Amino acid sequence: MNFPILSAIIFIPLIGAIFILITKGPEKNVEKNSKYVAIFCSLVNLLLSLVLWFSFDASITDFQFVEKKNWIGFINFQLGIDGISILFILLTTFITPICVFSAIQSIKFKIKDFLIAILVMQTLMLGVFCSLDLVLFYLFFEGGLIPMFLIIGIWGGPNRVYSAFKFFLFTLLGSVLMLVAIISIYWITGTTDVIKLLEFKIPQDYQYLLWLAFFSSFAVKMPMWPVHTWLPDAHVEAPTAGSVILAAILLKMAGYGFLRFSLGIFPVASDYFTPLIFSLSIIAIIYTSLIALMQDDMKKLIAYSSVAHMGFVTIGIFSVTKQGLDGSIIQMISHGLISAALFLCVGVVYDRFQSRMISSYGGLVNIMPKYAFVFMIFTLGALGLPGTSGFVGEFLVLAGIFQKNILVAVLASFGVILAAAYMLWLYRKVIFGRTINSKLKNTTDLNNTEIGIFASLAFLILFIGFYPDPLFTTIDVSINNLIDKYHSNLSFYLTINSN
Amino acid sequence: MQTITNILPELFLSFSIIFLLMIGVFVKKSFKLVNLLTILCLIFVSILVINQNNQSIKIFNESYIIDHLSIIMKVLTLVFSSLILISSKEYLKINNINKIEYPIIILSAVLGMMIMISSYDLIVFYLGLELQSLSLYILAAFKRDNEKSTEAGLKYFVLSALATGILLYGCSLIYGFTGSTNFEIISENLDDKNIGAIFGIVFIYVGLAFKISAVPFHMWTPDVYEGSPTSVTSFFAIVTKIAALAIFIRFTYVPFLHVIDQWQNIVIFLSIASMILGAVAAIGQNNIKRLMAYSSIGHMGYILAGLAAGTNEGIQSTIIYLIIYLTMNLCAFGCIFMMKRENIYYENIKDLSGLSQNHPMLSLSFLIVLFSLAGIPPLAGFFAKFYIFMAVIESEMYALAIIGLITSVISAFYYLRIIKIIYFDKPKKPFEETYDFGLKMTLILSTISILIYFVNPSILIEIASLIKIN
Repeated sequence: MNFPILSAIIFIPLIGAIFILITKGPEKNVEKNSKYVAIFCSLVNLLLSLVLWFSFDASITDFQFVEKKNWIGFINFQLGIDGISILFILLTTFITPICVFSAIQSIKFKIKDFLIAILVMQTLMLGVFCSLDLVLFYLFFEGGLIPMFLIIGIWGGPNRVYSAFKFFLFTLLGSVLMLVAIISIYWITGTTDVIKLLEFKIPQDYQYLLWLAFFSSFAVKMPMWPVHTWLPDAHVEAPTAGSVILAAILLKMAGYGFLRFSLGIFPVASDYFTPLIFSLSIIAIIYTSLIALMQDDMKKLIAYSSVAHMGFVTIGIFSVTKQGLDGSIIQMISHGLISAALFLCVGVVYDRFQSRMISSYGGLVNIMPKYAFVFMIFTLGALGLPGTSGFVGEFLVLAGIFQKNILVAVLASFGVILAAAYMLWLYRKVIFGRTINSKLKNTTDLNNTEIGIFASLAFLILFIGFYPDPLFTTIDVSINNLIDKYHSNLSFYLTINSN
Repeated sequence: MQTITNILPELFLSFSIIFLLMIGVFVKKSFKLVNLLTILCLIFVSILVINQNNQSIKIFNESYIIDHLSIIMKVLTLVFSSLILISSKEYLKINNINKIEYPIIILSAVLGMMIMISSYDLIVFYLGLELQSLSLYILAAFKRDNEKSTEAGLKYFVLSALATGILLYGCSLIYGFTGSTNFEIISENLDDKNIGAIFGIVFIYVGLAFKISAVPFHMWTPDVYEGSPTSVTSFFAIVTKIAALAIFIRFTYVPFLHVIDQWQNIVIFLSIASMILGAVAAIGQNNIKRLMAYSSIGHMGYILAGLAAGTNEGIQSTIIYLIIYLTMNLCAFGCIFMMKRENIYYENIKDLSGLSQNHPMLSLSFLIVLFSLAGIPPLAGFFAKFYIFMAVIESEMYALAIIGLITSVISAFYYLRIIKIIYFDKPKKPFEETYDFGLKMTLILSTISILIYFVNPSILIEIASLIKIN
């Protein structure tokens, strides 16, 4: 097992991007080549990550496939995965080829640069989930801003500049505080190695401030109320593939960060701040669901529903129960798939009619029956119908939080009802009803590429919905380990305090 | 004899100045030759400096020092001035300032800087400073048929003379209250109760802050940067900072080391003020040279934050930041040298509109250097800030660190604004392709080193760790 498979997974897209960058020749050939290179790199990466999953031993608590190289003095270039991160790696490598295919369909100019941006983005996202060093994590976490800024700004909609700036500055402001915290952790503990930090018991007084600094970064990225306002703007203006990456993967970095760092390194502070997280999440779930009900822009509606769904994730994580954590991870994966699919659905009609307004559609079921069918699957997934992955996640989160706090559980369940309301409302307006807009009549249904994309997404959503067991077996040991450590740490600090 | 070999680089430089002047006078149309010889001379002298003895040696009655700090700073000065000369050749020609005096004055400025960097005595320091400043006054006004350039020269002269006067007054106070001009003896005789000498310290910091354009002594910077020819602006933004910082470090860590409580607050104030002003004032700028001026003020703020820490890590992070800052600025000015159409150089940010459509590679360089200046990982600029904040947080100055990071977010805004203009806006007429090999090479090299610095960041740490406080 000496082959550095994690490095390979991380750097293959980057190599592909460099290759696309340096190819020269007639424009047509270059474009064609870059499409092939991007498809090839992303598919190879998908295969490699599947190989990684099969050779992953789910019965070990330690990090696996660990690679360690000297990098800058005390900071090591250290990679490794456990049961939690491997699912996110799979999600990333699965979503990226979909983005590449969708970009090839819908991006009309500078396709070469777009593919470079997506591949660089993939490298950085995979780096986030693999890195086992805080500085390295920060590097990948922040580096993602550059390609995303360009994706929104160059290929986005009419108001793209404002959205790109808002996205960049919000996220950067959140993250710089995390940098202060990372450096402080180094001076307190003498290391930034995550494996060592998970064993280290940081003094209680420091934990609160450090936790808040990390929280400021993750809350913006997650996004939690009230710092979620960048998300609807960014989603609305970003091109389809950009929205897909944002919703499916970028938001999950924050959830991953909460799991790995907030729970793992600062247990006391996490326990102390749980009410804060719960109240913000409840506000997010109910408030943004209500906002979603009022939207007349399809992408904005889905964006607000993302905020609501991420509220379930934070509740699940900070319930620190087995069901809650399982649920939040499944919810993240399922939201990654469903929101990606929904954005692609909007992209399909946007490519054909250049409008995202709900009011300009209606009666699509008569014109595009296949589209109506896939859209239905994803709508039902988003509202958490049993049999889709959305149900598994939300149900487990609610089951987990019931053991902790019944009030929160009751309030959160309102979110499920509201989700059904706005999703069904969207579906009814767009798909059913009379065809008012005469432009809609002369159009084609889904083409083969689109069918392929949607079929693979729908398959996974239903598969996880009916048989989530493979995911549970992968994360089981890591989650148990996380919870055990969390509780033993808490009791450790309790005994210190009582002495 | 030992003494002579130790100042061989300076001697060689002085003789070559005289020699090149002779060539310039006696050979007709000799700019190309003189320019080439100047570049070769700078490279040769830097080799001489690198080969100097690595032990710390004091010569001329302990008034001149050769140690790691001076060697590193001298090499940086020499290398970066030769790179600027290489990259600005075409600019000089087109703007008709390809006079033989230009490289020779640059050489004499470099000589002044080398003396400043090595000085271990107030008088030697002052001599070097004056030689450097006088050369810089001429350089700023070098495009003498241009109003703005003349104004820049005069403005710089008047303000700098005032600052030098204050600095000299500080020197005399320190001499009066400690009884010596030698740095080491000053250090022994200084203590917290020596009020007169502490006044002297304040005055000296005022003078030095002027030289590195730290707020509130920065007023000259935007005007001089805008008015001077771009080649001179790049010299101001890059090379002059090295010498001024070297002597700043020397003062801070040799004569004033024991009165750290007295100067630390001054440096922290300078740092915070520079960071805030550099971030806020640049937002409204439309001239890219003015913007670079404010950007360099902001960056000086970060460098001073490292110095304010008053530790070994602080001084080392300062050196690392300085080297990365120099490379980024070299790259940025390389990009600015490319903004040329029909023999006119453009300076307005709006002229960059839609650059990515016509010049994808130049835009990529711009993109990389601007994100790096904003300190976004994984580019070199991030590591520079990272080391600085490592040092600052080690000294438990959390407020300084947080202010610094927040201003870095604010300053990200104006760097993003340029990127927005380059990448998101509608294209204008394309610029001309340049065929100047030197400029292209400098630009490519500096861009690549910013981009791939993250592969092996320990190089600079190893260099910087040579420098320690005694």
